[in-house]
Amino acid sequence: MSELAAVFQRLRAAGRRALIPFVMAGDPSLEATAAFLERFTAAGADALEVGVPFSDPIADGPVNARAAHRALRAGTTLARVLEMVADVRPRVGRPVVLLSYYNPILRFGLEAFCRRAAAAGADGVVIPDLPPDEGAALAQIAEPEGLDVIFLAAPTSTDERLAQIAAVSRGFVYCVSLVGVTGVRADLAADVGGLVARVRRVTALPICVGFGVSTPEHARQVAAVADGVIVGSAIVAVVEREGAAAGSALEAFVAALRAGVDAAPAPAR
Amino acid sequence: MTVEAPAGAGRFGRFGGRYVPETLVPALDELEAAYARLAGDAAFRGELDQALRHYCGRPTPLYFAPRLSETLGLRVYIKREDLLHTGAHKINNALGQVFLARRMGKQRIIAETGAGQHGVATATAAAVAGLPCEVYMGAEDAVRQSLNVFRMRLLGTTVTPVEAGTRTLKDAINEALRDWVTNVRTTFYVIGSVVGPHPYPTLVRDFQAVIGREARAQMLDQAGRLPDVAIACVGGGSNAIGLFHAFRDDPVRLIGVEAGGDGLATGRHAATLGAGSPGVLHGAMSYLLQDEAGQVLETHSISAGLDYPGVGPEHAYLKESGRAEYAAADDRTAIEGFQVLAKTEGILAALEPAHAVGHLMRLAPELPRGTVVLLGLSGRGDKDVQVIARALGEPV
Repeated sequence: MSELAAVFQRLRAAGRRALIPFVMAGDPSLEATAAFLERFTAAGADALEVGVPFSDPIADGPVNARAAHRALRAGTTLARVLEMVADVRPRVGRPVVLLSYYNPILRFGLEAFCRRAAAAGADGVVIPDLPPDEGAALAQIAEPEGLDVIFLAAPTSTDERLAQIAAVSRGFVYCVSLVGVTGVRADLAADVGGLVARVRRVTALPICVGFGVSTPEHARQVAAVADGVIVGSAIVAVVEREGAAAGSALEAFVAALRAGVDAAPAPAR
Repeated sequence: MTVEAPAGAGRFGRFGGRYVPETLVPALDELEAAYARLAGDAAFRGELDQALRHYCGRPTPLYFAPRLSETLGLRVYIKREDLLHTGAHKINNALGQVFLARRMGKQRIIAETGAGQHGVATATAAAVAGLPCEVYMGAEDAVRQSLNVFRMRLLGTTVTPVEAGTRTLKDAINEALRDWVTNVRTTFYVIGSVVGPHPYPTLVRDFQAVIGREARAQMLDQAGRLPDVAIACVGGGSNAIGLFHAFRDDPVRLIGVEAGGDGLATGRHAATLGAGSPGVLHGAMSYLLQDEAGQVLETHSISAGLDYPGVGPEHAYLKESGRAEYAAADDRTAIEGFQVLAKTEGILAALEPAHAVGHLMRLAPELPRGTVVLLGLSGRGDKDVQVIARALGEPV
């Protein structure tokens, strides 16, 4: 069983939901990112999502896109992100999920990426511009390395596509809460529960929800229906505001998200 | 020399495909199905053909260029897409896609633009169809081509400058894709070149293939034979694919000319096929100008329309299969091409096809005397007069 699967199994047995904070690697520096990941862990994160910056992040709103450009200007590459993960993974003791657009992985080489990511202690990878139709090759290579490829499900996905997405996903299914790009939103999308329920019907895998989940209250609402809550832009916005000194603010914010998640009633199953 | 049609799942050999967020995949399926249905629909074809003929001015002339021919020692025929309504080949595709959008019941049109030609064409088509339109344009391009920004606004379109990234065409496409991800249920994205996820490269090629279809018949009519060479500029590559497609099974040498900028050795260029490598950008596997970590590089060209680090996947396939060849013309060569065509034939070409003219001048000494050349002149040069004046040090 993968570490991600084990985490969800433990949480499920305890009637709890996962909190998965996201941060852009290399913004403002890889050293800062490693420190932020330790803060997330201290604040109660169950798994960590680490963004690999890309020059043309078409699924991201302005907050994450600006973070990617800052990270690239600081010289961040996929190879250096993997070194950072290898360094920090034993200290955080939490599954690490990479989030990268496809081209940096393709350029690195699919085999080399899966091998080196697994060796660095990464547990999974999310690729926002790789739908399952194009992801078969990577999924095949990743599986024997023990790297979970997590595909995304969207509100626009048909039931047939949700079944296809769930069938190839490992670790969990990543539900995109809204029709749109990542970003900080005032309100949670109206029908998160509806999408989660549609995915539930086609898989026994854990279901995590991200995109637009911005506040402890959003986290509580999502945790009431899903197995995990992914928060990205709202965290990246703190880094944008406070830079390398964001550690304490991040720890406080993630702790508040944790409280939100834990305040939710267990989802009806 | 038969070239294979795209393999399944929108592939040209190993190129093409759909590397997009899941949110968009159902919309691409919907577009593919609607296009498959309407491409064979006589009423839809008739509606588009009528508009191309009576509104845009098709067929465009094929012009034998006597003085350019004499200068180069060749027999050069020019396909005059510059004479189309809105001044470039872009309207062929924009009208096709907007008519498609209308048939699909979409309520809003979006597009990206580099030089502004595709933006103007889409704004025009949207006005004809009575649909609201928003065009994304890199903030730097919006300054370089401010006249086209105003043209689009006069046509009732909202022009949104994009400040992100390199502030050029690549970033305009990013922003248009983000808009489409957000408004996919109501909005039709009119892509301006043979790029993007399947089915766009095929769909845009089909709408532009009228260029080569007409030119082939006109060559047979006027010259009594096919050309030895067909040559056109390549940014994303829609006018080149449009010209080449009708000749794919003919013994015709196909040459695409990319933007060499300051020269390939300087790294300041947009010669994607000449200096790039396979990668994924804007939804398709194709050639790409990228660094060793897979980050997309900034490009440079005097022509905003060619200033793009990607290229259509079918061009990548034509390159690797050897069916077409690709060269680069630098900024200076393009300006020379512009000047020679102006002085020998009285035609002010857009800077994009001026790259093809310039490369043909360089190539001419290697070609047998009297070689019959078909030159794709994709657009007219009014929009570029100030840029050329600056390049020549003659402020106007």
